[in-house]
Amino acid sequence: MTDRPEATAAEVLAVYSARALQNGQVVFAGVGTPLLAASLAQRLDCPELTILFEGGIIGAWVEDGRLPPSTNDQRCTRLSRMVLGSSEVMLMMQRGYVDIGFLGGAQIDAYGNLNSSFIGETASPRVRLPGSGGANDIGSLTDYIVSMRHERRRFVPKVDFITTPGFLAGGTSRGDNGLPYGGCRLVVTDLGLFDFAPETRRMRARALHAGVTRDEVADNTGFDVHWPDEVPVTSPVTLRELEILRRLDPERIFIA
Amino acid sequence: MNSVRAYRDIRDSVGRRDRSMHDKTMSLAEAAALVPDGASLGIGGSIMSRTPMAMIWQLIKSGRRNLNVSRSMMSTDGDWVVGSGIADRIETSWCAQGISWGLSKVARDRFETGAVVYEEWSHLAMGQRYHAGAMGVPFMPMRTVIGSDLERLAAGKVGRSTCPFTGEEVLLVPALNPEVAIIHVQRCDRFGNAQIDGLPFMDIDLACAADRVILTTEEIVSTEQIRRAPERTRIPFFCVEAVVDVPFGSAPHECFGLYEPMMRHLDRYVARANSDPRSGFEALMTELVHEPADWTQFLERIGVAELVEAMGRGRSIYRD
Repeated sequence: MTDRPEATAAEVLAVYSARALQNGQVVFAGVGTPLLAASLAQRLDCPELTILFEGGIIGAWVEDGRLPPSTNDQRCTRLSRMVLGSSEVMLMMQRGYVDIGFLGGAQIDAYGNLNSSFIGETASPRVRLPGSGGANDIGSLTDYIVSMRHERRRFVPKVDFITTPGFLAGGTSRGDNGLPYGGCRLVVTDLGLFDFAPETRRMRARALHAGVTRDEVADNTGFDVHWPDEVPVTSPVTLRELEILRRLDPERIFIA
Repeated sequence: MNSVRAYRDIRDSVGRRDRSMHDKTMSLAEAAALVPDGASLGIGGSIMSRTPMAMIWQLIKSGRRNLNVSRSMMSTDGDWVVGSGIADRIETSWCAQGISWGLSKVARDRFETGAVVYEEWSHLAMGQRYHAGAMGVPFMPMRTVIGSDLERLAAGKVGRSTCPFTGEEVLLVPALNPEVAIIHVQRCDRFGNAQIDGLPFMDIDLACAADRVILTTEEIVSTEQIRRAPERTRIPFFCVEAVVDVPFGSAPHECFGLYEPMMRHLDRYVARANSDPRSGFEALMTELVHEPADWTQFLERIGVAELVEAMGRGRSIYRD
């Protein structure tokens, strides 16, 4: 482990999310980890990755040290290829031009449903969260990657509120409920990578980060994760990946 | 509860407008008088960009009540309208202090105690609601919100329909035609021909959807200047009822090409608002809204150094 550079949890999420992207894809990214991941991918193996932002931007290129405070700020437009209205860029997703969306949330469940609206009862919530923003639209319309800290309070058996539909109740329920496309393809956490079994659409382990045990995953997950016979170990975060991330965010606003 | 206004209602409101090209310039206080208590109010811009903060500031100062506010996504403006008590309902897709600060304790307090209702929609749903309103149709079909708890939450306000051509099921979101829209722009003439630089967000649809539009602008320019670059004009004068000249009218948020957000002021604001969301927030409203006699005095409280820095960053967008 001595050759492995020290990475923060936020950096781990950004690196493994970035590695899930392919050159030439069109990705819809939010601010924070998604933006870092997409920008990192552009600087590694995906120079022709096209980034869309919900503020209305097509083809973003975020400069080192000039991370935007939101994807609705002018910094997102600099060096981009096109500026549109908010609805217009979201409708690009509805039309089918986007390969991958990026999401986070306060809670995720075994079927990849996400909650960013209410903790507790909807009528009298313990916490009123900020709400969907574009998350419901991204999750309804595209394949998406979730990046989240792996904690028991976040990985819950059933989300308190489905802000963003994953595979709903599993099986074919997503399509049956009027969502023929998209769904959660990958969950990137500080413990490992997870995807969804094709039949049941329940979360299963795809790979664990070096040194992470099954027990550690079980302890931090509020539902049973499906374990295939073989669960490989992810290849470690490289120094180059960390250097790029730290140049992007020298003030460590998002990677701390 | 059906929130869609009848076509006759929204059509006649345009019919009654004085659509001639006349001088619409007035003060912030005069413009605030065009917003009745209880009005539905659409706010332009998004999160921290081109927010009509000066107009919101004046509405609080003028003591408006019971407003029903809508916006694509809300941050400091959300705190102000929800915390000050001028709004008892908001319709938006997102409300927090801003991405880097997270949740607003002020907004949380008002929502969780039930003092203010937060009606949540998805971002695209908000856009399509204004778009339907702008087009004079009662709803828009779309393929999101469907199947989620947002659909359940909006029961009675959204519908599902079968496409008459393909038989596919789609979700219908209701048109949103606010009685008043407040929008901040980089420049316009005294008739209200408005030019927006950078991201337009949902503002063009919002302007066309509303019964009346109040523009605040960084500068009032001649009609000749507008005519030299008509491709930059995004809101036509006949949509507009009032034009208010307010330099730095989006502060402490950004205005594309002119200034970026004033982050140090916002850091201080968020720390104080979140540490004491009731009496602390009230003290902030006193300091920031009620004590300053005019918008320039409010800007003094942000401070010259921070305004100049924000301008430097704002203008850098055009620099190589």
